[in-house]
Amino acid sequence: MTKFALTVIGAKPLPEDTHSCWSCGSMRAAHFCESCGKVQPPVPVDYFTFFGLPPKLNLDVPALEKSFYELSRRLHPDLNARAGSQEQEWSLEQSSLLNDAYRTLRDPIKRTEYLLHLEGVVLEEQSKSATEQARASGELKKQIVPPDLLEEVFELNMQLEELRMNNQMGEDDAALIAEIGKQKLSLEAKHEALLQELQAYWKTWDSLVDGGHAASDERAQATSKMVDVLNRRNYIRNLVRDVNAALEE
Amino acid sequence: MASDRIVGIDLGTTNSLVAFMQGDTPVVIPGDDGLNLLPSVVALDANNQPVVGNAARNSLIERPERAVYSIKRLMGRGVEDIQEELKLFPFRLAEDMQAGEVLRIKLGDKTFTPPEISALILRQLKRSAERFFGAPVTKAVITVPAYFNDAQRQATKDAGRIAGLEVLRLVNEPTAASLAYGLDKKQNGIVAVYDLGGGTFDISILKLHDGIFEVIATNGDTHLGGDDIDNLLITIALDDIRGDLGLDLRRNAEAVQAVRKAVIEAKIALSSQPSVKLDIELPGGKRYQREITREQYEQLIQPVIDRTVGPCKQAMKDAGLKPEKIDEVVLVGGSTRIPKVRALVKELFRREPHTDLNPDEVVALGAAVQANILGGGSEATENMLLLDVTPLSLGIEVAGGVTDKIILRNSTIPASATQFYTTQIDGQTNVAIHVLQGERELAKDCRSLARFDLKGIPPMAAGIPRVEVKFLIDANGILHVSAREQRSGKEAEIEVRPSYGLTDEQVEGMILDSFDNAEEDFRQRQLIEARAETSTILAALEKGKKSAAWGQLTTDEKKQIAKMEKALVAVNAEEDYQTIRKAIDALNQGTMRLAELMMDTAVSTALKGKNLDETELGEGPTAPHPMAKAEFE
Repeated sequence: MTKFALTVIGAKPLPEDTHSCWSCGSMRAAHFCESCGKVQPPVPVDYFTFFGLPPKLNLDVPALEKSFYELSRRLHPDLNARAGSQEQEWSLEQSSLLNDAYRTLRDPIKRTEYLLHLEGVVLEEQSKSATEQARASGELKKQIVPPDLLEEVFELNMQLEELRMNNQMGEDDAALIAEIGKQKLSLEAKHEALLQELQAYWKTWDSLVDGGHAASDERAQATSKMVDVLNRRNYIRNLVRDVNAALEE
Repeated sequence: MASDRIVGIDLGTTNSLVAFMQGDTPVVIPGDDGLNLLPSVVALDANNQPVVGNAARNSLIERPERAVYSIKRLMGRGVEDIQEELKLFPFRLAEDMQAGEVLRIKLGDKTFTPPEISALILRQLKRSAERFFGAPVTKAVITVPAYFNDAQRQATKDAGRIAGLEVLRLVNEPTAASLAYGLDKKQNGIVAVYDLGGGTFDISILKLHDGIFEVIATNGDTHLGGDDIDNLLITIALDDIRGDLGLDLRRNAEAVQAVRKAVIEAKIALSSQPSVKLDIELPGGKRYQREITREQYEQLIQPVIDRTVGPCKQAMKDAGLKPEKIDEVVLVGGSTRIPKVRALVKELFRREPHTDLNPDEVVALGAAVQANILGGGSEATENMLLLDVTPLSLGIEVAGGVTDKIILRNSTIPASATQFYTTQIDGQTNVAIHVLQGERELAKDCRSLARFDLKGIPPMAAGIPRVEVKFLIDANGILHVSAREQRSGKEAEIEVRPSYGLTDEQVEGMILDSFDNAEEDFRQRQLIEARAETSTILAALEKGKKSAAWGQLTTDEKKQIAKMEKALVAVNAEEDYQTIRKAIDALNQGTMRLAELMMDTAVSTALKGKNLDETELGEGPTAPHPMAKAEFE
């Protein structure tokens, strides 16, 4: 097999028993052995569980950072560079899992999206690449304009169209640019406000988790509210991106 | 154990260095010429043997077709990537190069790939370290520009392997520099490292927290550095020469190199002087003379150094930080000696940058710190841990030629992402995956890393197979891929077609000092060196016997010396270099008083206070310097 720009790693078998340290047999902590410090084989868990956290959305980020640093000091490949090759691989996997989990959980939006993903929700893909992909493959992508934004978006799109025309003709309309700039500020304020709205639903969700309401209607309601906020937020984010692109042209 | 010594290497565009941790301090290991910096120049001598460093730099002017510099610019790149480089640098590609093949550079009538040329530089550093330790060195940490992509990193790792070094870690240069700085300043805060070297520019923003060096954002340009300033000055000088003297030297490689040497000297001088006079002797006896003021020079280079502004702003934006939030700025790389660059950094970050450590050495020193951490650490590096990031997003090509990003830039590494693939027609057993690196939306604008074929998927109805592909970027910033078909539980076979680079087999075939022979090669070199030293010391002793000082020794002393001389001559033919060394050391000890006496008689009072190295008494027996010059090949 050839290698180079990329090397290939095989899938590793996981030991049956995940409670005791593979090396000294003591009870292992989640990722390393409390007794001898050795890195343990990774167990497939979600990011919340990886940090020993309940799946709640209000999260103490400084405390998360602290445990990220503490776990890094145990799991990072640099600190296991003299271990056997199997341990080095576990260290690599554990530490990538740690980094992936930390990156996701520390960000309020990514954290919410991840939780929704765990709940089985498929979010409408609003990324630019998804839009481009849909455009390129000729598919019509679902773009639901939030009802409260309909009017504003309609007007903004007209203005953007005008701006693009101006740009093409090499004309400059300062008043139009100022108007679009104002709209952009208002959109950015809405974008910010949606984060607060989202955080209100976090509370609902967290209390449901505390109450142990497994798969209840309330739970479904809470996730659907959050999906709605995220979709609206993504929609606005894309609009702002389009405005920036048009202004930069 | 001595053989476990891990060295830190800065494999630079212009200069390379090797360093290691001596107790609590990282130190640079000098080369056999006693200098810390090894110019990253490789040439072939008259016998077609490679020479590296200052020796090679001389032949750059005398026989430019047999020498190469700035090879780092070509690491991990394809022919189509380097068209700009070919206009500005005298790289000579092999005539029979095929598209998609690894570059091959001509030196004389031989050809070398960029990793092989880099390996020659690494081998020279390895030898310096071995001479220093008196033991083989087989493990190293090598630094790379933070903005290096996967192919460039892999090429660097291959160069290490070809040089007979196990590369334990690739460390990003600005991050390494921060380790060197952080060693004695154990404090918390946000640090920006501005690294403008010979050929690359990096900006990294780090958060320091109780010994953890966490990179928050990095950006850069792998084709921006002092080289660009040199090329600018060369172009102007050549234009001048054509206009004023009617000489077109652009095709005259020797003359271009002479101009290059002169403008580099002028550039360096302009960092400390208000103006310099260029005075270059040209073919045909004409001279090119011109005065350049600092002001003119700064105007000229402004566009080059302004190219560092964009990456700095992007890095701050990615880090979510305003300049006021940055506590310290550190300057790295020789080009940061330019006052105009310092002024630009000060303006960008609104604070005076740190320059306490030598900008040429700080990266190598940091690599030595990282080598120490990997080797198990010491008191000085206790609690130190580097958390670096991937500089470029990793993506997969999806329908419509669009890049779907799966690991975003500035993600802490190791980092991973899992993708699921299925089939589109019934019974399909292969799926093709195209892996990309870069920030652009379209696949064609990103760097192609490799194409994969997932093979051996059990035949099922379309859309039923579920192949899980895991992408993992390791702590070196290098990608690994694994795949598994979930319905059948079978591991899918992956066939990699790398877009650039050498295969494992090719690298194996290039290895300079094979690992198996490392011990033997080392022993042989030590033996040759020891014997060379024997002849030096014996010749010096002969001279000493003829000097006035000899008469001042007692009969007993003379007897002792004669005995030790005899002993050395006797063991010199033996195969054990350590025995020879012992005899040399003994004779050295025994002739210590002779050396002192010789010095007393020769040194005039005016020379008092100068140390031995600075006097001209190289003739007498002196203690063997651990880095004594030795010739082998």
